[in-house]
Amino acid sequence: MAALEIHNVRKEFGSERVLKDVSISIDSGEFLILVGPSGCGKSTLMNAIAGLEPVTSGNIYIDGKDVTWRTPAERDIAMVFQSYALYPSMTVRHNISFGLEMRKVPKAEREAAVERVADLLQISHLLERKPAQLSGGKRQRVAMGRALAREPKVYLFDEPLSNLDAKLRVDMRTEIKKLHPRLGTTIVYVTHDQVEAMTLADCIAVMRDGHILQLGSPDEVYNNPVDMFVAGFMGSPSMNFIRATLEADGDGYALRIATPDEVDLLLPWPNGPPYGRAGGAARQAGDSRPAA
Amino acid sequence: MSETPTRTALRPTASGRLQAWLPRLVLAPSVAVSPFFVYGFMLWTFVLSLTSSRMLPSYDFVGFGQYARLMANERWWVASTNLMIFGTLFIVICLVLGALLAMLLDQKIRQEGALRTVYLYPMALSFIVTGVVWKWLLNPQLGIQAMVRSWGFESFEFDWIVDPDMAVYTLVIAAVWQASGFVMALFLAGLRGIDDSIIKAAQLDGASLPRIYWRVVMPCLRPVVFSAVMILAHIAIKSFDLVVALTGGGPGYATDLPATFMYTHAFNRAQIGLGSASAMLMLGGVLAILIPYLYSELRSRKHG
Amino acid sequence: MRCEGVGGYFWNSFAIVIPAVLISTAVGALNGYALTKWRFKGSELVFALMLFGCFIPFQVVLLPMAQTLGWLGLSSSRAGLILVHVVFGIAFTTLFFRNFYVGIPNELVSAAKLDGAGFFRIFWRILLPVSAPIIVVSVIWQFTQIWNDFLFGVAFSAHDTQPVTVALNNLVNTSTGVREYNADMAAAMIAALPTLVVYVLAGKYFVRGLTAGSVKG
Repeated sequence: MAALEIHNVRKEFGSERVLKDVSISIDSGEFLILVGPSGCGKSTLMNAIAGLEPVTSGNIYIDGKDVTWRTPAERDIAMVFQSYALYPSMTVRHNISFGLEMRKVPKAEREAAVERVADLLQISHLLERKPAQLSGGKRQRVAMGRALAREPKVYLFDEPLSNLDAKLRVDMRTEIKKLHPRLGTTIVYVTHDQVEAMTLADCIAVMRDGHILQLGSPDEVYNNPVDMFVAGFMGSPSMNFIRATLEADGDGYALRIATPDEVDLLLPWPNGPPYGRAGGAARQAGDSRPAA
Repeated sequence: MSETPTRTALRPTASGRLQAWLPRLVLAPSVAVSPFFVYGFMLWTFVLSLTSSRMLPSYDFVGFGQYARLMANERWWVASTNLMIFGTLFIVICLVLGALLAMLLDQKIRQEGALRTVYLYPMALSFIVTGVVWKWLLNPQLGIQAMVRSWGFESFEFDWIVDPDMAVYTLVIAAVWQASGFVMALFLAGLRGIDDSIIKAAQLDGASLPRIYWRVVMPCLRPVVFSAVMILAHIAIKSFDLVVALTGGGPGYATDLPATFMYTHAFNRAQIGLGSASAMLMLGGVLAILIPYLYSELRSRKHG
Repeated sequence: MRCEGVGGYFWNSFAIVIPAVLISTAVGALNGYALTKWRFKGSELVFALMLFGCFIPFQVVLLPMAQTLGWLGLSSSRAGLILVHVVFGIAFTTLFFRNFYVGIPNELVSAAKLDGAGFFRIFWRILLPVSAPIIVVSVIWQFTQIWNDFLFGVAFSAHDTQPVTVALNNLVNTSTGVREYNADMAAAMIAALPTLVVYVLAGKYFVRGLTAGSVKG
């Protein structure tokens, strides 16, 4: 049973098409990361999953149930926002227990849940503080705590680490990485940081212009990118592109690469013609334009 | 990864639908009241302005006869001219005075907070109180003239309030006294909003202080000037209580404004039709200022 | 004796101002919240229509209002004046709260929605606790506007329901009898006192809140 299934979802703002037939399915306990340049539709997709923005067409299933027209509250999901969105007038304790209170969880259970997540995230000593009295890193922990306390079916993380400084970001990344198998939860995580994507994900969806270009494990996306955009987007430092021509060489094929000193390099190509007529450089990239 | 779940297009649940409609329900009373009390009443007044209503509203239509009567009415022209004089002077003097006060207060003087609040106090007063107080101050037998004469300057004269040609300027004095502190507060807030580094950069370039204010600071304050003009123009057009308390429209009807003209004719002189026509012209005046303002406001919001 | 007279009108003013301020602020807060955090098709138009109410010269509504109050049986009553002030004050209070709530991150409302809170709960538990600055602005503005009002007061009140501004003007501008300037002056002081007190106590917050909005434009 898929924990989350997105089926041909489209989103249009007026004439602008932000999501164009997006379909994704992930299993329970999987960690899906949406990456892509800004404006690619990943945040819109996140909001559609959360129910914060209605979709134009298509369906969204959580735990097998069609929730396309359900309110956010009815979907049983929790979200960690980039800005943390902690309730400024409430203490950390109330921030964490608010969602449980809204769901009419008895007080004793609420308290237990708060203690549990505070322990887990090492924020027990901050419970009586207000968000304004906390540093960015601590606020981020509280935001995570608020999501964890609810134990929903799916967690949504919207660039949760992008407002932290570099050192904290690495620490929190490690922590999330450790938390995930312990909690065994399904997570959808939006980021534009592909190091985050590579280290955390079970499954990466690379998006551009409202499309999903590639959906696969970090290894697949890194080693077998479907096109030059994905190849160039993933990996740090980014990949080199070398223009080459694929030509018949005896029984097999070879790549011809022009060099500055006018002596062409000929590399054997063991795989046969990969993309029809003209081939790409290296193993990862394809350049459909014929070489000069 | 899994079998496709059944694809039934479920509609929202009852509670979901309620959530979607609640905002509209909450707004509904105001939204229902606004059109009726604002737009409905405007229309109603317009209808009245087309009738021959006198003591009581009646609905025998005379077309634009009331507007024609208004155009031929000398008192209306006095009121309109007064509004021009009063409005222009009031806005210009308030802006200049407000800007100067703000720049003075901006020189990091001590007690700035206290001064700022004191300058704002007049804005807290009713125009009735302002009018009453200035009426005494400007009264030749009681106020400034009497005081200066008591110092020995026997020939000093300051009797504008009883002089039909000058009385309109007493409205300007009282209104400026009331509103310039408010304009100052607007400018001060605007000055504080300007990035310090711009001014520092200008200082490094060797510009003098007045030059910095004129060339660097003023352009940044354009939006403040704009909103100040809007607010002042709005006060000027609505000015009714000030005239009533300060001059009562007198001497004669020398200080009538359209606002007092309308009230007098509609409520005291049993000329409801004529009063309505003058109210519609006032509305036209406000619209002429407001529509460009709202247009630019909404456009800039879209860009923001 | 004359001062006693003004004293009665002084309490009239309070009886009109306090309910009108409370009601118009409460309605304005809910309107501003609905207009910013629950946008729907046409919400901008609704706002524009209401905003317009801030700017109309009230002369244009006087005559129909007088007749409507008559139909409602509220002519010359305090309740009638309260109604008038609420109706025409909502435009301002909505504007204040809308501009304030625009600055509050939408994520806060999204988070509360996901937590399972509904329309009123989000307002009550999330928005209202952080609204103190704008409530101060709205209350001060409405208080001074309604306390200082003369036009509606003179048009829609009877002798015993007059607000203090109307009474003061009548007192000062009666031409009968001997002028008692000291009594007139005392009456003017009394009429000015409440708004001055409000400004002295809370003027600082008012300027801060009001100018913050107007500079942003």
